[in-house]
Amino acid sequence: MKKHIYLIAALLGLGVGISQAQVQKGSVLIKNATVLTVTKGNLESSDVLVQNGIITQIGKNLAAPAGVNTIDASGKYLMPGIIDAHSHVGLDVVNEASAPITSEIRMKDVVNPTEIGIYRALAGGVTVSHAMHGSANVVGGQNATLKHRWGSMDPADIIMQDAPRTIKFALGENPTRVHGRGNGIQPRSRMGVEAVIRNGFNEAIQYKKAWETYQFAKNQKGNTTPPPAYNERLQTLVDILDGKIIIHCHSYRADEIYMLINVIKDFNIKKVVFQHTNEGFKVAPEIAEYTMGASVFADWWAYKMEVYYSTAFNAAILQKNGALTSINSDSAELIRHLYHEAAKTQRYGGLTDEEALAMITINPAKQLGIEDKVGSIEVGKQADLVIFEGHPLSSYAVPQMTFVDGVKYFDIKKDNNDQRQWVAATEMVEPIFLRANEEAHRCMQDVDAYFEAFQGAFLKEKH
Amino acid sequence: MNRMYKTFCALLLALLPVVAMAQIDGEFVKPRNGKFLLKNATVVTVTKGTLANTSVLLENGKISKVGTNLSSDGAEVIDCTGLFIYPGIIDGGTRLGLVEVSSVPETVDYADVGNVTPNMQALTTVNPNSEAIGVTRVSGVTTVLTVPSGGLFPGTAALINLNGYTPDQMYGGFKAVAMIFPNSGRRGRFDRRSDEDIKKEGEKALKDANDIWDNAKSYLELKKSGATLAYFPEMEQLSKVISGELPLLIEVNAASDIQQAIKWVEGKNIKVIFTGVAEGWRVAEQIAKAKIPVVTGPIQDLPTRGSDRYDTPYANAGMLAKAGVKVALRTDEEENVRNLPFHAAFAAAYGLGKEEALKAVTINPAEIFGVADQYGSVEVGKRANLVVSTGDPFETRSQIIHVFIDGYRIPMSNRHIRLYQEFLERSPGLKSN
Repeated sequence: MKKHIYLIAALLGLGVGISQAQVQKGSVLIKNATVLTVTKGNLESSDVLVQNGIITQIGKNLAAPAGVNTIDASGKYLMPGIIDAHSHVGLDVVNEASAPITSEIRMKDVVNPTEIGIYRALAGGVTVSHAMHGSANVVGGQNATLKHRWGSMDPADIIMQDAPRTIKFALGENPTRVHGRGNGIQPRSRMGVEAVIRNGFNEAIQYKKAWETYQFAKNQKGNTTPPPAYNERLQTLVDILDGKIIIHCHSYRADEIYMLINVIKDFNIKKVVFQHTNEGFKVAPEIAEYTMGASVFADWWAYKMEVYYSTAFNAAILQKNGALTSINSDSAELIRHLYHEAAKTQRYGGLTDEEALAMITINPAKQLGIEDKVGSIEVGKQADLVIFEGHPLSSYAVPQMTFVDGVKYFDIKKDNNDQRQWVAATEMVEPIFLRANEEAHRCMQDVDAYFEAFQGAFLKEKH
Repeated sequence: MNRMYKTFCALLLALLPVVAMAQIDGEFVKPRNGKFLLKNATVVTVTKGTLANTSVLLENGKISKVGTNLSSDGAEVIDCTGLFIYPGIIDGGTRLGLVEVSSVPETVDYADVGNVTPNMQALTTVNPNSEAIGVTRVSGVTTVLTVPSGGLFPGTAALINLNGYTPDQMYGGFKAVAMIFPNSGRRGRFDRRSDEDIKKEGEKALKDANDIWDNAKSYLELKKSGATLAYFPEMEQLSKVISGELPLLIEVNAASDIQQAIKWVEGKNIKVIFTGVAEGWRVAEQIAKAKIPVVTGPIQDLPTRGSDRYDTPYANAGMLAKAGVKVALRTDEEENVRNLPFHAAFAAAYGLGKEEALKAVTINPAEIFGVADQYGSVEVGKRANLVVSTGDPFETRSQIIHVFIDGYRIPMSNRHIRLYQEFLERSPGLKSN
C-alpha cells in the first residue's frame, strides 16, 4: 500500500512531501546586529529571535527562551539569506536537449545534495537557489527551487517543497543552434522560436479541450468514448496556460524579449520572468508593464554576440522603469559573491542600499513566488539569515555565518577546510581543476553530443 | 513663455539622473591632452603616503608637481576638493584588445596555430578601438599587460595604456615572452584523462620544452659567434629570453607544477615572472625562496580542488605575500578587466590587507615589469596615469570622476554609459506616440 502512495505522489510531481518532516529546523537568538530587513528598513543594534525555523521576534533586548543559543553579532550586519534566481548548482544534469519542447522534464529528478557548490554558495550567504534546466530548448524542463540545507544525502531535503512550479524557456541562439543548425529542425531562427512556442500552446489548448470533451462525455449515459492519451509534455503547457507555473525565460536581445511579451499577451499568460535579459533595458517599459520582471547579470557582456550591445547599467535602467529586477549568478563562482554583484548597481546606476539588497533577496523571492516565505527579515518568515562582517554591499564584506530555517550551515570560524559530504568511489583522487570558471557556467551543459557537428563551437558558448 | 519654462524644467529633470551619474561626462568625446591642475585632493601616492589637501600638476604627459598651493600657471584647473587621487590601476594579465566577442572566432586573436610561437606579438593585434578598452578605463584601470595564450610558447605579451589610436601609442614599454608550463591540472569535469596519461603528457611536454630551449641556446651561441643563420623567428625571440633581454612569463598553477617550474628555472639565469599561480599558497615558501615574483589571479575564482577551503582563491594572494613573495594581481580577462579593483578588494578582505592590495595593482606590477620609474605611484616625473574618485576605488559605491592616461584627460563615457543615457527614459515609452 505504501508503495502505491509513493508512486502516486511521484506521478503527481509532489515527490517528496513525505520526507519533509526530516528537514531540520533551528532556534537561535541573534543579538545586537545591524539588521537589514530589506522590506522594513534598517534596525540598529537589534535582535532577531528564531524559533523552530521561523522568525518569531525582532526588537531590542530580546531574551533567549530556555534552550535557545544566543549569538552576539555586535558590530556585524544581519541580512536575509541571499536568493539566486538562476543557478545550476546542485544539479547532476542540466540539459535534455532532445527536442525543442521538453516541458515534461523535472530538475527535481537530478538534484545532488552533496555537490560542493552548495556549500560554497552558503559561504557566500546564499540560502535559496533556483536550479534551472539549461537553455538548449525553447521550452526546457521544470526547475527546482532549492534550500541549501547542506549535509543531507536526500535530494528531497534540499528541495523547497512549498515553492511554486517554474519552467525554463529559452529564446534566441541557443535553441536555434542546437535544434535548427544542429538537428535541422525548427527553430533555426528567431521566427522559428516564436512558432515553436505558439504551436506548443495551441496544441496544449486542443489537448485540454480533448480532455474536457472526454470528461463531459464520460458523464453521459451509454458513453463509450475512450479517454485521450495522457501527455505530460502537453499537460505541463496547459498548466502554464492555467497560471500554475511561472515561466523563467532565457533571453538576451530586445526583439526576442518583445516577441515573448506579445505571445504571452495573446495567450493571457501573466507569470513570466526574463532571465539574463541583457537587452532588457531597451524594452524596460514593456517588461515592467506585462511581466514579473527580469533577473540579470550585474555586468556580464560581450562573451557572445547577443550581449555585445549590453550595458552594466541594465539593472538600474530596469529598476528605474519599474520592472521587478533581480541579480543572479548562473555560475558556481558568481553565486559565491552575489552581495558584491548586487553592489555593482551602485557603481552602475547609483541605486540605493535598499534597492541593491532587494535585488538578491525579496525581488528574486517574488520572481520565484516565495516572497511570503523568504526574502526579508520579518516575523513569520522562514529564518534564512546571513551575518556579515562589514556592510554586505562593501567590496570588503565577508560573510560569517549562514542560517537556513534557523539552522547554521556555514560558520567561517568553525567549518572544516574540506566540506565534502561524500566522495564517490569512482571519483578521481584530488583532481585539480584549473580555470574552473570556464566550467562554472552550465547553461549549455550536456549538449556535448552536438560538438562534432560544430567542431567544438559549443564549448565556447555556455550561457 | 510658461510652456518654455515647463519644457526647460522637464529637460532639467530629465538630465538630473545623468548629471548625478559620476561616470557620465557629456563634456567631451575624445581624450584631451593638456596641462591640468588637480586641486585640493587627498592624494594616495602609494609610495609616499597619503597627502591631504594636495594638488597634482600634469604637463607633457607627466606628473610635474605634487604639493600644496601649486599655482595653476596656465593649466586647466580641476577642483578635486573632497575627492581622492590614486595612481592608474594596473592589471598584470589580460587579453584586452586581443578579442572582441569571445564566441565569434573572427574576433579572437590571442592564440595562433602552433605550439612554439613566441614571435607572435600581442601588440600587433591590440585593437585600440575595442569597445572593452573604453569600458575598462573608466573604472580606473589605465594600464594592462595583454598576453597571448595557447601552446607552449604562445607569443610575446605587451604592456599597454588604455589610450591611443595605434598600438604603438598605447605601448607601455614592457614586453615579455609567454610560456604555458606543462600542466598537470584538468580543464574541467569533461577532462577524463587518467592521472598516468596526464603525467606522461606532462613529461613529454617538459622534454619538448627542454629540447626547444636547447635549440634556442644553440641559436644564441651561434649568433654570438657571428655565424650566418637561416631565418628562425621563434628561436630569435626565445634567444632574447636566454640573453636576458626579455623576461619569461611562466603560466603555472598546480602546486606540483609550480615546484617543477621552480626547478626548471634554476640555473637558467633568466628573468622570470610566474603567472596564475592558483595553488601558490600550497608552496608559497618555495616561491619566496626562489625569489620569483608572481602575477596571480583571477581572485574571484573557484578553488582548484573539491577538498579546498571555499575561500582559497580569495586568500591566495595574501598567503603568498605573507610568505614573502612579491605579488601583483590580474583578472586574466578581456571584457571584464574593469573588475580588477573588486578582485583586489577580495584579496584585501581575505588576508592581503588594503594597503598591500593597492600596491598589488599599482607599484608591484610596475616593479615586476621593470617600469616603476614611470608607473605605479603618484610621484613627480612619472607618467600622468591617474584616477580621481569619490572614495576608495575598490568600493562599488565609489564613483570614478576623472581618469588621466599619459596626461590625456579621458572622456568618462563608453557604450555602456551611452546606452544608459539613451534608455533610462526611453522615448517613446510604453505607448507609441
